[in-house]
Amino acid sequence: MIRFEHVTKTYAKTDKPALSDVSIDVAKGEFVFLVGQSGSGKSTFLRLVLREEKASSGTIHVAGKDLGTLSNWKVPELRKQVGTVFQDFRLLPNKTVFENVAFALHVLGHTKKEIAREVPEIVELVGLAEKLNRRPGELSGGEQQRVAIARAYVSRPAILIADEPTGNLDPGTSIGIMKLLDRINREGTTVVMATHDSSIVDQMRKRVIELESGHVIRDQVRGVYGYTG
Amino acid sequence: MRAGFVMSEVGIGLRRNLTMTFAVVITVAISLSLLGIGLLSNSQVRTMKDYWYDKIEVSIFLCGPLSETPSCAGGPVTAEQRLEIQQDLQELPVVQTVYYESQSEAYQRFQERFKDSAIAQNVTVDQLPESFRVKLKDPTEFAVVESAFSGRPGVDVVQDQRAILEKFFSLLNVLRDGALVIGLASVLTAALLISNTLRIAAYNRRRETTVMKLVGASSFSIQLPFLLEGLFAAIVGWGISTGILSGLKFVVDDRIAPLLTFTNFFTWNDVWVASAYLLLTGVVVSGFASVLTLRKYLKV
Ligand SMILES: Nc1ncnc2c1ncn2[C@@H]1O[C@H](COP(=O)(O)OP(=O)(O)OP(=O)(O)O)[C@@H](O)[C@H]1O
Ligand SMILES: [Mg+2]
Repeated sequence: MIRFEHVTKTYAKTDKPALSDVSIDVAKGEFVFLVGQSGSGKSTFLRLVLREEKASSGTIHVAGKDLGTLSNWKVPELRKQVGTVFQDFRLLPNKTVFENVAFALHVLGHTKKEIAREVPEIVELVGLAEKLNRRPGELSGGEQQRVAIARAYVSRPAILIADEPTGNLDPGTSIGIMKLLDRINREGTTVVMATHDSSIVDQMRKRVIELESGHVIRDQVRGVYGYTG
Repeated sequence: MRAGFVMSEVGIGLRRNLTMTFAVVITVAISLSLLGIGLLSNSQVRTMKDYWYDKIEVSIFLCGPLSETPSCAGGPVTAEQRLEIQQDLQELPVVQTVYYESQSEAYQRFQERFKDSAIAQNVTVDQLPESFRVKLKDPTEFAVVESAFSGRPGVDVVQDQRAILEKFFSLLNVLRDGALVIGLASVLTAALLISNTLRIAAYNRRRETTVMKLVGASSFSIQLPFLLEGLFAAIVGWGISTGILSGLKFVVDDRIAPLLTFTNFFTWNDVWVASAYLLLTGVVVSGFASVLTLRKYLKV
């Protein structure tokens, strides 16, 4: 699903690479935690997957596409297959839960009828069926993140990318979000999640990739947050 | 994206920024009107040229007892010379009509023209020259007539009324060019305003556009609502400017034409042609301003 081969990324006007010589293979249906200190390159990794940035060297394949040779006008094709969730939710404050989720489908050209069927279904899945007509300002942080996940998942992407989705949430709420992501993963979606949350990583026992100053220093099946040997 | 969804986004954009939308529409309306006035000035100058050039003549004055040019050294024009000149004139391909004005006709015309003036009494019939009044098929072909008849025995002087008109028209051309330059400059201003407004709109809706990019919208569908907003302003502005030009046409017909009877005025057809050019200008300029601005501010 995601394959990095000797990928190095150096941002313009910097000399130290944010990622250096990273080779990672994530298979279809896997759940991967990306851990590491602040500035270790987790977000950079995810931005490369989305092709918000291009690798300085090495090759990246996502959902069968070579991102190095992917032309700009085909980038939307890629992003349709990669759902994204962020720490700051990125919801539209003037739109209701329904409209926020529907927005993604509208943009992708779904008909009103399809939208009327698909949106309530996914909102139900994330557990917000009763709050369909609330605006983000009238929801808790955890609920807002559920809306964001619903929006990312409503078009059933093959991959879901989450950059510290629980970063703004308390531990109890975070567990609920993780259950949701786990459920989505069980439905066959590949999930890659960058996080600082050690207790979550330790509980879930999924594959853990640890970055340090842009290098992969650990890649462990059923890993934990802090590796002690 | 479906048309209904695009339209509702365009509507939201226009309403959210109502004062800006209003400012853009008014600016476009005024600048297109100014450009339209420039275009109509051009039509007007052309109409006046047609009107006047159609009426002007070349005069070939014949030698009289008082003529002093070398070609008149042989004395007043003889009947034979007069006939020859007339025949040669009629054979020239550029000549449309030839009219002979005798001394007594010239005298009558003179008396009529200056009937309230003292000089009318001091002029006698034999002081006024006889002449051929020649109308050309194309008034700019004066040189052909001049080279053929100037200096010829019996011809005193060949005079072109166009020379006087030319000065007048070169003044009008300057005014027309000025109007066109002002019109173009204000269209440029409108383009800059559109560009700025779209930049603000793109900034105001950065949340929406970020989400659109993330869920895989094409650049085109992200830019389309903005493009349509610019186009909407341009077309409404154009509608107003065409209204203003029509108003101008009514004023000219009702108020100015009765006062200035020495010329025709631009026609309704000129107004529609100008309006079509304005629509084209409005759409192209707003389209360009939008595309250039959005390319920069809405990168994928
Ligand atoms: N747009 C950018 N331009 C230049 N340097 C950048 C840019 N984005 C990130 N960096 C640098 O690249 C390195 C990796 O940043 P990145 O955001 O990937 O870290 P991270 O692991 O996500 O950190 P955090 O846990 O704090 O989110 C850092 O040194 C950062 O300063
Ligand atoms: Mg980060």
